[in-house]
Amino acid sequence: MSEPAPAATPETPVEPALPEGWELVVGLEVHVELDTATKLFCGCVNRFGSEPNTNVCPTCLGLPGSLPVMNERAVELAMILGRALGCQVNRSVMARKNYFYPDMPKDFQTTQYDQPTNSEGELELADGFVVGVERAHIEEDTGKSVHVGGGGRINEAVYSLVDYNRAGVPLIEIVSKPDIRTIEHARNYVEELRAIVVATGVSDARMEEGSIRVDANVSVRRHGSSELRTRCEIKNINSLRSLGRAIEHEALRQIDLWTTGDGPQQQTRHWDEDAGRTTPGRSKEDADDYRYFQEPDLVPLDPAPATIAAIDEAMPPLPAARRATLRAATGADIDAVRILVERGQDALAIAAVEAGADGAKTVTRLVNDLAVDDWSKVDAESLAALVQMESNGELSASQAKQVLGDLLEQGGDPAAHAATRGFEAMDTTELESLLDQLIDDSPGEWSRYCGGDEGDRKKMQGFFTGRVMKATRGQADGKVVAQLLAKRSSS
Amino acid sequence: MSAIETAVAVRAGERSALEVVDAHLELIAQRDPELHAFNLVTAESARAEAAAIDSRVSAGEAVGPLAGVPLAVKDNMCTKGVPTTCSSKILEGWRPPYDATVVTRLREAGAVSVGKTNLDEFAMGSSTEHSAFGPTRNPHDPSKVPGGSSGGSAASVAAGFTPLGIGSDTGGSIRQPAAFCGVVGMKPTYGVVSRYGLIAFASSLDQIGPFAADVADAAALFDVIAGHDPLDSTSIRDFTPTASAMLDEGVDGLRIGVVKELAGGPGGVPGLAADVLARTAEAVEVLATAGALVDEVSVPSSTLGLSAYYLVAPAEASSNLARYDGVRYGLRVDGPTTPEMTTATRTAGFGPEVKRRIMLGTYALSAGYYDAFYGKALKVRTMMLSDFARVYEDFDVLVAPTTPTTAFELGARTQDPLTMYVNDVCTIPSNLTGHPAISVPFGVGDDGMPVGVQVLAPALHDAQTFRVAAVLEAAS
Amino acid sequence: MAERLTRDEVVHVARLARLELAEDEIDRFTQQLGAILEHAADVEALEVTDVEPTSHPLPLSNVMRADVVSESLDRDDVMAQAPVPQDGQFRVPPVLGERP
Ligand SMILES: [Mg+2]
Ligand SMILES: [Zn+2]
Repeated sequence: MSEPAPAATPETPVEPALPEGWELVVGLEVHVELDTATKLFCGCVNRFGSEPNTNVCPTCLGLPGSLPVMNERAVELAMILGRALGCQVNRSVMARKNYFYPDMPKDFQTTQYDQPTNSEGELELADGFVVGVERAHIEEDTGKSVHVGGGGRINEAVYSLVDYNRAGVPLIEIVSKPDIRTIEHARNYVEELRAIVVATGVSDARMEEGSIRVDANVSVRRHGSSELRTRCEIKNINSLRSLGRAIEHEALRQIDLWTTGDGPQQQTRHWDEDAGRTTPGRSKEDADDYRYFQEPDLVPLDPAPATIAAIDEAMPPLPAARRATLRAATGADIDAVRILVERGQDALAIAAVEAGADGAKTVTRLVNDLAVDDWSKVDAESLAALVQMESNGELSASQAKQVLGDLLEQGGDPAAHAATRGFEAMDTTELESLLDQLIDDSPGEWSRYCGGDEGDRKKMQGFFTGRVMKATRGQADGKVVAQLLAKRSSS
Repeated sequence: MSAIETAVAVRAGERSALEVVDAHLELIAQRDPELHAFNLVTAESARAEAAAIDSRVSAGEAVGPLAGVPLAVKDNMCTKGVPTTCSSKILEGWRPPYDATVVTRLREAGAVSVGKTNLDEFAMGSSTEHSAFGPTRNPHDPSKVPGGSSGGSAASVAAGFTPLGIGSDTGGSIRQPAAFCGVVGMKPTYGVVSRYGLIAFASSLDQIGPFAADVADAAALFDVIAGHDPLDSTSIRDFTPTASAMLDEGVDGLRIGVVKELAGGPGGVPGLAADVLARTAEAVEVLATAGALVDEVSVPSSTLGLSAYYLVAPAEASSNLARYDGVRYGLRVDGPTTPEMTTATRTAGFGPEVKRRIMLGTYALSAGYYDAFYGKALKVRTMMLSDFARVYEDFDVLVAPTTPTTAFELGARTQDPLTMYVNDVCTIPSNLTGHPAISVPFGVGDDGMPVGVQVLAPALHDAQTFRVAAVLEAAS
Repeated sequence: MAERLTRDEVVHVARLARLELAEDEIDRFTQQLGAILEHAADVEALEVTDVEPTSHPLPLSNVMRADVVSESLDRDDVMAQAPVPQDGQFRVPPVLGERP
């Protein structure tokens, strides 16, 4: 073995043990920022990280007299995602959701209510579990508030500063049915949704930039029951790790309330990552009454059947299908396959295999050494040639890695790069005499290699290989060394 | 001198735009302290714009169809860098960073805005008494109201301050003050004039329209402001304004219906004054004499208009006016937390009529009441649309009074909101259906105050309203 | 006249609308809004289950713009209108609580 298999999931989630007889009921609301050039209702650039309040205009600042005009690309991306989730695409209308909040310029959010663009879809997780998708609707994002003082905590701040660059950025909100029963499935759902969003080009879905955000509706019930008890909506979940912790904490809190009293109040709660608990979002007195009504400044969206057919026609292969294809083509394990599909390197891997490269070696090479944003200079033929050189022993693993680095930067022919770097396959006779010398110098190790058990043999093979590598400054191929050692000991 | 004559003279180099503007500014300086048509007179920029037109004329460059014509702009339309208040304390001092599309179009046509006119706060009212900056008075009798909410623009035209004025009409806010002030006022088909830059009262009802002293000037103004605007999603795409071109076609053979429910018929709207009904009947006679085929017609749902309107308009308004929260622009009254700051700001910044309508609209939309009030009101709109569609199978236009009475005394109706709302009973149906309607002066009432007669037409037939109004104007 | 709406409802609606009413205003609004709703009883009483609602007088649909960037406002102009600007942002008192 030249290299260890890649570690796909650094931390295996441990399912919390809910008290005996309790079951978790989770529905997720995932907000995804659409990858458009401009905002949903105005021509301001849709960009993360600009100076505050520089990407704003009368419309996205909600100035008096301004009006919204729908971004056609946003609608198209929303329909693409809808179809990728198997949704019906409907005639839809925008609605106003009325509530006061300082980072929301109009003090209403333009969203969809009773007539969403997408409804009734589903999402199949990698293990085959199916989560229902109730709707996937179009809405605008809010601005951003920074809470100053009180350690940045919303309820202890001295004042807040508001930036409206994000206000009006197009979002699609995907609302799942309350089908999720485990934390692992909650995480898998978000991972799979993220993969679909990336594969369809709907969003870059960077969780750290907030372009994918998750709220969790959590309730609990007695095992075997089908009732839906009072739920709480948990906000401010910023990572998959937080998602698991927040659901676990909230479920235990609710079970405690059911066990000792009348159960939880329906409310919005805030996940506090540092404290590891959820806290009430706001007072109960401000009962939600959003006074939804149809947005009079916009007209209905009514996609023609031909538009939807064209979207289906142009739909790229989705992650689940691509994982299956890559697996069949390479024989690689599910974790490696998931990584390559997520990165969008599956087509490259398959093309390399078709050009003659070994599947497993190709996948290993890509998983370990191609975790980059731009691999456009690496084409399938040169990748196949590189993997073949490695398979033939013309390049060692570490040499292959260096040549791949050259391809990444400059493209071109791997053989030429190998030659430029002075990598040549070592002459076996040269290697044999070096090995003879080493055996003479280390008789004890050699006899342990020859006469020891399997463990000893392995250890000593490592010892001799290491010496050879040191003497050749990594030029030798570990696999060839192993073969020569085996031949020596049996002769 | 009419607006059209003025523009002709300016374009021909026979009159200087600067002289024209100066003469009107002089009039304003003399009499506006009494009438208060204007919240703001922009004398300096008006003179600069007029001078620029004059130099373009002398350089032989093309100037627009309204070159050098002084214009009054209702103070609920955004003017870049120029204070725009909606006659509300909550927007006092705000300078929009952009122009309303209508303002841009008028400037390109050569019209010269001399200032921003007074209105009922956020266009909510029928008398221009609900202004944070004091009422406007009727030029025909300063003890009377000019009507509203576009009372300032109507008064400006009636007083001769400006040949042209621009207003907005949500439930009659152009036609009713036009009738009270004895000028022509017209509400176009919803979507014919861009709302971009018009500060919203009720988005599905608001429409900008012209004021002028005569029908031809109003038509010329309409032809300039009408047309598609990509910045307004509810703007109609392929509309070509032809009001001026159709003015002289007469009414021979035109089928004209008199709406029973709005003209004193049994089971119709109550409270229509005898003198107003008499003028309306005389107007119908004039049209019949001119060759129109006149008949009575029933539009049953029109009696539900007032109730439906006072649910739909406040509902939309309650949402449109949420943005005045003290965060981004305009007034802020401080408070220890943002919710308290916003509450303090809105409580201090809005007048009682605006608060009343926000309350009413919030209630009509709130959980438990939506279906009974707002939802039903939307169904009334459907009923009205189908009633009018049926009537327009047999008629080209309809005639009705514009207002139940002539202009009333200042202060007479401010105590009871419902009696004020009844003012709009004849104008509201056209807002709920989105259809065009014009008010044209036709004689005077028993008190000697002007009476307006309304001409209603189906959607997109805006030119028909001017055509019929021209016949009435010629006979009055 | 039957009570169309209660004092408590007026207080609740004022809270939703972020308006503070003095005691006498609550009384006055209860009476005035009640009278207006009484007038709207004709609409409330309609039997119109088979009538579709009309939110909008125009039968338009699919009005959209191309996804093309246009110029934003100058930040100095935007902040010049702010009641309390700070560091190119809008300063507000403590927000208190998560959005709903
Ligand atoms: Mg949402
Ligand atoms: Zn913008």
